[in-house]
Amino acid sequence: MNLLPLVLAAGDDAGHGSLANAAIPVATAAPELAWLGWVLALPAISACLCGLLAALRVRNKLPAVLTVLALGTAFALILKVYLSRGPDAAPVIVHLWDWMNFSWGEGPWKSFQADVSLYLDSLTLLWMLFVTGLGTLIAVFASEYMEGERGPGYARFFFGVSIFLLAMSALVMADNLVLLYLGWEGVGLASYLLIGFYYQKPSAVAAAKKAFIMNRVGDLGLAVGIWLIWVNYGTVEYSALFQAFTEGGGAQGGWDRALIPFCLMLGAFGKSAQLPLFTWLPDAMEGPTPVSALIHAATMVTAGVYLIARMQPLFMLHPDAMATVAWIGGLTALLAATIGMAQHDIKRVFAYSTVSQLGYMFMGLGVGTAFGAAYHVFTHAFFKALLFLTAGAVMHGFAGQLDLRKLSGLRRVPGFGVVCWTMLLGSLALAAFPFTSGFLSKDLILVQAFSEPRFVALGWLGLATAGLTAYYTFRVWFRVCAGPVAYTPGEEAHGDHGDHAHHGHADHAGGFHPHAPRLAINGVLLLIAVGVLLSAVPGYMALRGEHNWVQEMVYHSTAVRAAGVAHVTTPVAFGLDPHGLVTVFGIGLGLGGILVALWLHLLDRRMADRLRTALRSNPLTGWLPTCMENKWYVDQIYDVAFRQAAWITSHLLHFFDRHLIDGLLVNGFGRLPMMMGRLFQPLYNGALQGYATTMAGGLILVLAWVAWRWLGAGGLA
Amino acid sequence: MNTAVEMATATATATASPAVTVALAFSAVLFGIGLVGFLVRRNMILMFLCTELMLQAAAIAFIAFGRMRMDLGGQVFVIFILTVAAAEAALALGLVVLLYRRRETLSAESWQELHE
Repeated sequence: MNLLPLVLAAGDDAGHGSLANAAIPVATAAPELAWLGWVLALPAISACLCGLLAALRVRNKLPAVLTVLALGTAFALILKVYLSRGPDAAPVIVHLWDWMNFSWGEGPWKSFQADVSLYLDSLTLLWMLFVTGLGTLIAVFASEYMEGERGPGYARFFFGVSIFLLAMSALVMADNLVLLYLGWEGVGLASYLLIGFYYQKPSAVAAAKKAFIMNRVGDLGLAVGIWLIWVNYGTVEYSALFQAFTEGGGAQGGWDRALIPFCLMLGAFGKSAQLPLFTWLPDAMEGPTPVSALIHAATMVTAGVYLIARMQPLFMLHPDAMATVAWIGGLTALLAATIGMAQHDIKRVFAYSTVSQLGYMFMGLGVGTAFGAAYHVFTHAFFKALLFLTAGAVMHGFAGQLDLRKLSGLRRVPGFGVVCWTMLLGSLALAAFPFTSGFLSKDLILVQAFSEPRFVALGWLGLATAGLTAYYTFRVWFRVCAGPVAYTPGEEAHGDHGDHAHHGHADHAGGFHPHAPRLAINGVLLLIAVGVLLSAVPGYMALRGEHNWVQEMVYHSTAVRAAGVAHVTTPVAFGLDPHGLVTVFGIGLGLGGILVALWLHLLDRRMADRLRTALRSNPLTGWLPTCMENKWYVDQIYDVAFRQAAWITSHLLHFFDRHLIDGLLVNGFGRLPMMMGRLFQPLYNGALQGYATTMAGGLILVLAWVAWRWLGAGGLA
Repeated sequence: MNTAVEMATATATATASPAVTVALAFSAVLFGIGLVGFLVRRNMILMFLCTELMLQAAAIAFIAFGRMRMDLGGQVFVIFILTVAAAEAALALGLVVLLYRRRETLSAESWQELHE
C-alpha cells in the first residue's frame, strides 16, 4: 500500500512499533451496550425540561440541578463503559435506531446508510471522558456564576449547555459522517445561542453572528468533504469507510480523492479557529465565562482536532495534506501568541492562547503524532477550562472588570486565594513550566517536529511560540494576582438588585466590596486543578517509555496510522537530539518568558510602558506593537476583502438590476404603450362633443374609404 | 303571375325606385341633422333629442331598404326600434333629471371631469 513517508518514518516508540503500524481495528456490533443511548438522551431530556422551566418562569436553581444531574449521569455512563473495556478492545458499534437508509439498486453506490449509531473506540472515549466530565464541573460552576440571571435567562443558559452537550456527544460518538455533521452543526448552534446569551448587548449579538457565519465557511468544506467521501467510497460509515480504504488501495485515486483531506481540513480549521478562520473565537468571549471555558476552550474547539484524528487515514490521500495541517497549526500558534501578548482583556488573552494552543494540536497531528495532539487536547481541556473559570470568578467578583491594568494584587484580597493559586497552576501548565501537564504534551509535539527533517523549522517556530506563551500567560498572573492591592470595579451593576443584594457590592458609603466566590466556584476550581495535576501522569509515563492510557487510546482507534513517535537520536542542532533540544530550549524559553513577565509586570511595571513607548517611537520597530495590539489587522483585512467587496459587488449588481434590467428593459417596454397613450390622451378630455366628433370623424373616414374603394373598383361606371 | 315574376326580379336585382331614393335621402338628411345637432349643442335634453333623430333616421332607412327588397322584415324591425326607443327615452330623460339635480344645469360641460 502506498503509505506515505510520514507513516513510514514514524517508527518505533518504546517497543510499540507493532501497535503504531497496526491496521485499523475492525469494529464489531455491540447491541448489549444500547444503554449508552442515555448519554444522548439525558442532555436532550434536560434541554427539554430547561425549556419548560424557562416558559414557566421558574426562579430557583432547578435548571442547574437538572443539567448537572443529566451531565453527571452521562459522565458516569461513559466512565462505566471505559472501565469495562479492556486496554486493547476493538471498536464497537452500538446501533440505536435507523435514521437514513435508502437503496435504489444493487451494488455499490446504490444505497446510502446513516443511522443513529455510536462508534465506540478509544478516541471516542478519550474525548467523551473530558467532554462530559468538564461539562458537569462547568455546569456546577455556572450554577453559582449565573445566579444573577435567575429566572428565564438562567433556564435558557442551561438549555443551551444541555443542547451543546447533546450535539457534542453526537459529534464525538457518531458512527458515520452525517451524524457527525449533525452534531457539528448542533455545537455551532449552541455556540451561537450562548455567545449571544446577553442578546441586549450589540457586541454579543455581533460576536454570535460572526462565529456562526465564519463556521459556515468551514462547514461548507466539511459538507463537500463528506460528499466526496461518499462519491469515492460509497459509504459515510467509519467502519465501512476504513475497510473500503484499506481494501481499495486507499491512497491511489484522482484529484477528487486528493481533495478530500483539504475539504475536511477546512471544516476543522473553521471549528477549531485556525489561520484563515480564527477571528471568531476571541470575539466569542462575549458569552458568559462558563461558556467560554466549556465550548470555546475545552471541548467544542477541539472538534476539529477530533475530526482530523478520526479521519487520519484519509489524510494520506495527498502527500501535502498533513504538512499543510502542521504549517497552518504552527503559524496560527505564533500569530495568536503575538496578538495575545498585546491584549489587555484577560479573557481575550486566554482566547488567543486557546487559538495558539489549538495551533499546537494541529501541528502535532500534522507532524505525525496523533498521541501528542490528543494528549495536548486532553491537558489543554483542563488547564484552559481552569484559567477561564478563574477569569470568570474574577469577573464575577469585580462587577465584570477584566482589564488587567485595572486589577492588581488579588492574591491578598480576602476570598480570592483559591482563585489566584488555581490560576497560577493553570498558568504554569499553559506556560509549559517544566514537568507540568502542558510541558509534557507540548514536548511530545515538538520532539516529533524536530524528528522529521522537513519539520525542523516548524519545531523552532513552536519553541519560539512557547516562549511567547510563557510571557503573556504570566503577564496576566503577575498583573492581576501579584503586586500591590488595587482595583477598579467594572461597569456591570449585577448583584445590586433583588435577592443578590446581600452579597453587597456597594455599601452605604458607596464603596466597592469584591464579591468573593463561594463553594460552587471554589470547589469546581479545586477539582479542575486536581484534574490539571492528574492529566500530567500519562505524560510522565510516556517520558519513561511506559505504555500509558492516552497513548493506548490513540493506538486503538482510527488515528492509529500516525500514532508512532519516532525515536530519533541523531543530533538536530547544537549537538542535541530532538528530545534534548526540546527539553533544554523548552525549559529555557519557558523560564525566560516567565522571568521577562516577572520583571516587566511585577518588579518594574512602569518599565513595560517605557518599553512600549520606546518601541513605538522607533520607526524601525514602531509597527510591531501597533500590529500586535490591532491583531495584525486581520479583522480589517477580512472586512475589506470580503465584507466591503461584497458590499461593492452587491451595489454594482443592484445598479445593474435597477437601471439596466428594470429601467431599460422592463420599464422601457412598459413605457412604450404608455407613451402611445399620452399621444392620444388629448382626445379623451371628458367633453361629450369631443368624443362625438371623434366618432363622426371616424365614421366619415370609413365612409370615405368605402367610397374610394367603390370608385376605384369602378362601381360608378 | 306577371306581378309575381316582376316581384321576383325586383327582389333579385333590388333596384332602387325613386321613392326609395327619396326615403334614403330623407334618412341621410335626418341623420345629418341629428349628428350636427349632437355635436354643436350643449343642452343634454337637446343632445338626447338629436340622438333620437339619428335613431329615427336609421328606422326610416330600414323601411326604405325593406321596400327596396320587397321584405316586410324592415317594417317589423322598426316596430321593435320604436318600442326600445320609447323605453330608452324614459330612462335617458330620468338620467338627465338626476344629472340636473346634481349640478343645477343641463350643460354637458358640467360633467367634463368624468374623463379617465
